[in-house]
Amino acid sequence: MISTPSLDWLALGPTLALLVAAAAALLASVLVPEFLRRGTAAVIAFAGFVAAGILGGWLYTEASTAQTVVADSMSRDRWGALAAIILAGAGALAVLVSWGERRADHAGEYYALLAAAGAGMVFFVTASNLLTLFLGLEWFSIALYIMCALDTHRATSLEAGLKYLIVGSFGSGILLFGSALVYGATGELSFAAIAETAADDDLLLLAGLAMILAGLAFKISAAPFHMWTPDVYQGAPTSVTAFMSAATKVAAFALAYRVLTIGFPEQEHLWTWAAAGLAVASLAWGNLAALVQRDVKRLLAYSSVSHAGFMLLAIAANNELGGRALLYYLIPYSAMSIGAFAVVAARERQLGRLVTLDDMGGFLWERPFLGASMWIFLLGFMGMPLTGGLLGKFYVFSAAHEGGWTWLVIVGVVATAISLYYYLRLALAMWTRPDPALRPVVAGGAIPRDPLLVSAVALSLLVTVGSFVFVQPLIDLARDAAAHLPL
Amino acid sequence: MTTALILVPIVAALAVWALPLPGRVAGAVAFLVMLAEAALWAVAVWRFEFGQSLQLVDRQEWFSDLNVSYHVGFFGFSLWLAGVTILVCAAAIAYAWWANRERGRAYHGLMLFLTGSVVGVFAAQDLLLFYVFFEAMLIPLYVLIGVWGGARRVQATVKFVIYTMAGSLLMLASIVVFGLSQGTFDLVESGRSDSNWIFLGFLIAFAVKAPLFPFHGWLVDAYRESPPELSAILSGVVSKAAVYGLLRIGLAKFGQPVDDFQLAILVLAAVGLVYASLLAFRARDVRSVVAYSSMGQMSLIVMGLFSLNELGVNGAILHSVAHALVSASLFLLAGMVEARTGGTSEFAHIGGFAKGRPALATVVLTVGVIGLAVPGSVVFAGEFLILAGIFDEGWWWAAIGAGAIVLAAMYMLRAISGILHRSREMAAPVGARDLRPAELGVLVPLVAGLLFLSAWPASVTERSFPIQGPALEEAAP
Repeated sequence: MISTPSLDWLALGPTLALLVAAAAALLASVLVPEFLRRGTAAVIAFAGFVAAGILGGWLYTEASTAQTVVADSMSRDRWGALAAIILAGAGALAVLVSWGERRADHAGEYYALLAAAGAGMVFFVTASNLLTLFLGLEWFSIALYIMCALDTHRATSLEAGLKYLIVGSFGSGILLFGSALVYGATGELSFAAIAETAADDDLLLLAGLAMILAGLAFKISAAPFHMWTPDVYQGAPTSVTAFMSAATKVAAFALAYRVLTIGFPEQEHLWTWAAAGLAVASLAWGNLAALVQRDVKRLLAYSSVSHAGFMLLAIAANNELGGRALLYYLIPYSAMSIGAFAVVAARERQLGRLVTLDDMGGFLWERPFLGASMWIFLLGFMGMPLTGGLLGKFYVFSAAHEGGWTWLVIVGVVATAISLYYYLRLALAMWTRPDPALRPVVAGGAIPRDPLLVSAVALSLLVTVGSFVFVQPLIDLARDAAAHLPL
Repeated sequence: MTTALILVPIVAALAVWALPLPGRVAGAVAFLVMLAEAALWAVAVWRFEFGQSLQLVDRQEWFSDLNVSYHVGFFGFSLWLAGVTILVCAAAIAYAWWANRERGRAYHGLMLFLTGSVVGVFAAQDLLLFYVFFEAMLIPLYVLIGVWGGARRVQATVKFVIYTMAGSLLMLASIVVFGLSQGTFDLVESGRSDSNWIFLGFLIAFAVKAPLFPFHGWLVDAYRESPPELSAILSGVVSKAAVYGLLRIGLAKFGQPVDDFQLAILVLAAVGLVYASLLAFRARDVRSVVAYSSMGQMSLIVMGLFSLNELGVNGAILHSVAHALVSASLFLLAGMVEARTGGTSEFAHIGGFAKGRPALATVVLTVGVIGLAVPGSVVFAGEFLILAGIFDEGWWWAAIGAGAIVLAAMYMLRAISGILHRSREMAAPVGARDLRPAELGVLVPLVAGLLFLSAWPASVTERSFPIQGPALEEAAP
């Protein structure tokens, strides 16, 4: 007789909402007549993300104490709930950005996959044992692999999908191997039980921990596990890139902090150093490589590697402030990231090809709102005032200093100084009107109207600037969420 | 009140960007906003009780877990710095409006934004807020130089931004460490720190901004490639952010480190003073003369601050205000000369402007003579106070300072005669007209300010710091 665990429907709510949306969108792409297909699927996916966000908010208010539910396989706490809300927001924005892509075929599947990936991520951040962790990871990864390769007529898209599949599977494999080693060392799957039974100097356990960390580092694209990032970000459909750059980071970071603090508190002295090492590598590699990029999406990809470095400072800090800093950082970062890629997508749709730095010439004058928004997003990436990017950096630096990593603060500061060069190059390119002869030709004659993309950019802008002004409510949310991790 | 002074230009900037106005109209709007801002400032002065400490305070919690707040207010000296900022920026905007800069909406919006953030710097009473305004200044400057600058603008911009950001990011690290160790980022509530490292982080940021030798690499390119009215703002008021920072944060929060580094800073300032004055004497064009003289005068101001006594600090404030007006006028004049010679102010190509152009000659001569610290002028008063203050630290410092004043006379007279007299064959283009009424209208308020302060320098010196007690202690409650 198999005993069934009791289900906590609320804890599963955000995941289920998105799963239902994914299934409905998939059904719609079969049942609904063709001319309505794309619209129906998009609306369903959007509704799924909104519902997931609302359920996440409900879960946040209900989950006053942290606990594990459904046979200890997932956690019901505010950390996961807040991460789910951010993910839902990122997904909803991604739907808006995707709409203007006007894909003729696979439209229904696309939105179904988007919702499925979202469901996987929302599930992933609540994982509380190694099995659900791996399940969630593969769940959203497979959806993303397909989405990257969905533009089957473009070789770069196929290449991106294949690269992501191979490298990503390698990462997942390492993580799975690590989980097996940890299970072998402790005989336990759930994070909390691992922490209780783990012997301090068990080499098997340490090897497992290192491999889990490496597997997660693939997903957050921290150097030296970032090699897939530029190619995939460049090749994937830009709306997918927008979603991936924000949501994957949120999911992987939220889960990484969870598994490290709950599962391996005794090995803290090791993994904080590992996080610090990854942070230094990401900051150095991401920023230096970005200096020489000509393609805007590649540039932003390296910038996302460097931001992984900043967020790793919060993990290295391993204190309550670090948890708060990480969650706070993720909010403006997700908005900026989606917003920036949305602007790139707009330019791409206008030109009908990949966008280089020169192609951004005069963009600010051609499309003032998108150009000005891009400016704000770049300022946010730089950590300049009037954007949450500044306060995100301020918080992770504070956390790192409080955690005794003052030298990491200096590394972060130097990295920021280097990053200015490429961000500002892009920013200034948008001001300079190119020679009329060199001005990029608009594909199809007129600039395509895309009110949904513009509204996605406007929302991202709102979050980017709003998170600078209204810090206190966001920090309160993040503090209560971080309080549910043993920091 | 203080918040209004900061927000009026910034909100106006957003409005100018958002509304579809023609460039000329945007300029007019910007100028009107600056007049309103000046009126607001006058009200602030009227309400201000000189002789008391921090006033006109607005405070709003920003985020409580790290004790960061939106906290602004004015001391006497910062109110003067804000006032001179508003005057110089208003003149600059008026000139840009008259000169009809391309893409007027963007241009004037950026100028207004710049004004608001500089005023914010002088009002900030919270370290993070100070950093926010300090960095916010940089955004419009970057675009203004990079888009509206001269032929070598890109190089100038990159140099400028990399120098200043490298400095200010170190400051961010210092702010984090200082604020966390104090438990608050509030400048009024936090105590003093004895950490040399934290102090150095702040010091380098301000040394780049001022600039102090040897952090001046960005200076000439930026001052020469910017539009002239922007150079006026850069040298006139943006550099004063360093003065405010050194006084409000450096001297007020770091007792021991200031003592430890006093000698080193004085040496750098003295070297910079002499070196910049010599360079100004050798410079090929008017703008470079003003640029190097500006660096020299900033070095002198830093000497005054680091004399660490009331005379020197008072002199530094007076000289900051005076130098802002002198430097802004001279850069605007250089721009007006350039506008008449087809874009050059090289001494090899100009001269003879005095003939038939009485207004231009009068203004150049007045500002130049005040700038070279003729006795009776406000610049003389400021330099005298600084030298008197620094004399306490050793007569040789005063001797160096006095020597530099002689050098200042040399380069300033050379510049005056280079513009007005000298060349016969390379004389100014025959068609070049005298100052237009509008140009005169831009310059007159600045010159009037100089003359007023020359007549009554005590209006600033007696109203910068609270009456009782040494200035430094009161600046750091």
